[in-house]
Amino acid sequence: MPEFRNFTINFGPQHPAAHGVLRMILELDGEVIKHADPHIGLLHRGTEKLIETRVWAQSLPYMDRLDYVSMMCNEHAYCLAVEKLLGIKVPERALYIRVMLDEVTRILNHLLWVGCHGLDVGAMSMVLYTFREREDLMDVYEAVSGARMHAAYYRIGGVYRDLPDRMPQYAPSPWKNAATLKVVNENRQGSLLDFLEDFTERFPKYHSDYHTLLTDNRIWKQRLVGIGTVSPERALQLGFTGAMLRGSGIEWDLRKKQPYAVYDQVDFDVPIGVNGDSYDRYLVRMEEMLQANRIIRQCIDWLRKNPGPVMSDDYKFAPPPHETVKSNMEALIHHFKYFSEGFQVPEGEAYAAIEHPKGEFGIYAISDGANKPYRLKIRAPGFAHLAAMDEMARGHMLADVVTIIGSQDVVFGEIDR
Amino acid sequence: MEETIAQFGTQWFGAAWPSLWLVIWTLVKIVAIVAPLLLAVAYLTYFERKVIGFMQVRMGPNRVGPLGLLQPIADGLKLLFKEIIFPSWADKKVFVIAPMLAFAPALAVWAVVPFNDALVLANIDASLLYILAISSMSVYGVVLAGWSSNSKYAFLGAMRAAAQIVSYEIAMGFALIVVLMISGSLNLTDIVHAQQKGWFADRGLAFLSWNWLPLLPLFVVYFVSGVAETNRAPFDVAEGESEIVAGFHVDYSGMAFAVFFLAEYTEMILVAVLTSLLFLGGWSAPFGGLPDSAWWLVGKTCFMLFFFLWFRATFPRYRYDHIMRLGWKVFIPLTVVWIFVVGIWMLSPWNIWK
Repeated sequence: MPEFRNFTINFGPQHPAAHGVLRMILELDGEVIKHADPHIGLLHRGTEKLIETRVWAQSLPYMDRLDYVSMMCNEHAYCLAVEKLLGIKVPERALYIRVMLDEVTRILNHLLWVGCHGLDVGAMSMVLYTFREREDLMDVYEAVSGARMHAAYYRIGGVYRDLPDRMPQYAPSPWKNAATLKVVNENRQGSLLDFLEDFTERFPKYHSDYHTLLTDNRIWKQRLVGIGTVSPERALQLGFTGAMLRGSGIEWDLRKKQPYAVYDQVDFDVPIGVNGDSYDRYLVRMEEMLQANRIIRQCIDWLRKNPGPVMSDDYKFAPPPHETVKSNMEALIHHFKYFSEGFQVPEGEAYAAIEHPKGEFGIYAISDGANKPYRLKIRAPGFAHLAAMDEMARGHMLADVVTIIGSQDVVFGEIDR
Repeated sequence: MEETIAQFGTQWFGAAWPSLWLVIWTLVKIVAIVAPLLLAVAYLTYFERKVIGFMQVRMGPNRVGPLGLLQPIADGLKLLFKEIIFPSWADKKVFVIAPMLAFAPALAVWAVVPFNDALVLANIDASLLYILAISSMSVYGVVLAGWSSNSKYAFLGAMRAAAQIVSYEIAMGFALIVVLMISGSLNLTDIVHAQQKGWFADRGLAFLSWNWLPLLPLFVVYFVSGVAETNRAPFDVAEGESEIVAGFHVDYSGMAFAVFFLAEYTEMILVAVLTSLLFLGGWSAPFGGLPDSAWWLVGKTCFMLFFFLWFRATFPRYRYDHIMRLGWKVFIPLTVVWIFVVGIWMLSPWNIWK
């Protein structure tokens, strides 16, 4: 009697669809998945432990490097948690800036997701179209913070500085003649808000192009409908959040359920799915981009009308304005204390979560009253989603595993931390 | 000119060694076909990158030579100088033979492809049968490459390729049966000639007399099967890079890798040429009054090749079982039904192919 064994393959960590460094041991019967075993930790950098060795304000840039496609949202969660512990008040303008950039980040993340999801399923053009739009939003990142990705723009107590009055323009180069320059700089003549408003006007058109290319495409539907279906009950049990939970038909959005910043003052809808399969999650995320676009427009309006401070004036916990440092004794002391010893955070613990593009991104901080966190736990949404991989992939085919990875929208910076 | 050289050769060699001249003359003709073909393959890769680049709002190659025109040459040179790495525990002999097995049939098929009334290397009677026989040999190259690499991804790719190519061969064969039914010949030149007459051709609208119109479903089935046969997107599961990395040629490097691509692009051109010959009237001019010329064939081939690239830029990849379902449950029944439809049509008083 011959002995039949299943075919085991190593999917990753060097694999075009591994979304970074996912390693999966797949047990196949023919091409049908019998068991999928995700192995994580290849991008583990010990972020949580590193944070314990830094003063509170210094740990903020680590947040950018968690989910490295939705940088500012991570920062937002960290700031919320520390502000909760400190009990300081953030100026309203800073809150609007945060909400606006959170939604810019949501579009950035979802554009990357839909591009890579398309690429995984074989529609290679998507990624090039979405990266064209991402380029504009990256420029927004660069204009506010100076960095295209790891912005480190939010601060405990506000944001680093007010939005720039002038949008940086392309400089002449051997590759850009005067005519090209005129075209590429056309929407960069005004302030950052003008540029962003111009983007929000163009974006729905791009968005409908994506729908034309994918949504009703027969092959796209064959590849996504009914793949990786999760029932609403099971999605709750598995700890799903974000689009993964809403795709299964549960209306849960922290921006509505536990409004933070100024989400209770802006108007937007929360799309939910019906079947809980990859296609519904695709539709949910696509619609979220349009809703984010809507929120950005409202924030632009508000920010235009309401100038004001963007940083807390409680100089125990926020750096004083740089000009005053040179002339004001007290400011100099605050400045020195802030940038050397940092500030003491009252003893206690706080959990702050935000509706991150991928789900509920939470920071659970414990302070023992020192200038460094005693312990800081990061709740990464992707971790819970990836844990369901085996359940979602079982019984599907090898090609569907790639669809499911794409539909989970995993990023290893946050999963491995 | 061709006749002049032939006569010249026959006079010089003919008297002493008639068979030697035949060999030389055939070799000259082979080179005359293969050299432009390989050049066409090289520039098809350039064309593909430019067209897809245009569709994806980017430039495509534009650095090597004017407009990047030397890019294919640079790519070829680079691959020539690279080492061919043998994976450990690979079956070395098979590993080396596999790319040749993929490429040789793709070239051999060109022996019977006519370019106009006279220009054909071997004007044999059963040229369609020859094409079917030889082109299905190319699956061996893919399967053996996947097997000999000793890699699980390559193995999966080989399995997929074998199943897919064999399945689509059937649909393709059935589509061709109808073509030969209405042309009454297996010879490609005769098939083209059969398309040059008809009610529309007499009235100067020759392109409506070509086979594509009465056999429209088969035209589509044939071309889509051709795309599947060549493992091109959206049927590129055998090398689907996001699933099984590069499939059957994942462990190939250097020129051995390039030979697979040469084979793939040669087959693409072949499928496009055959589609033009069988369904688009080959070298016939689309309107009466225009001269028939091989350039029409080139134009039609380029038109069909454009579809290959267009598909690649727009469609997601099929899943393996969907490809099988499309082949067995849609294309094969469709072609079988169409064989009967055309058969009854031919027996009826409305037969247009008398």
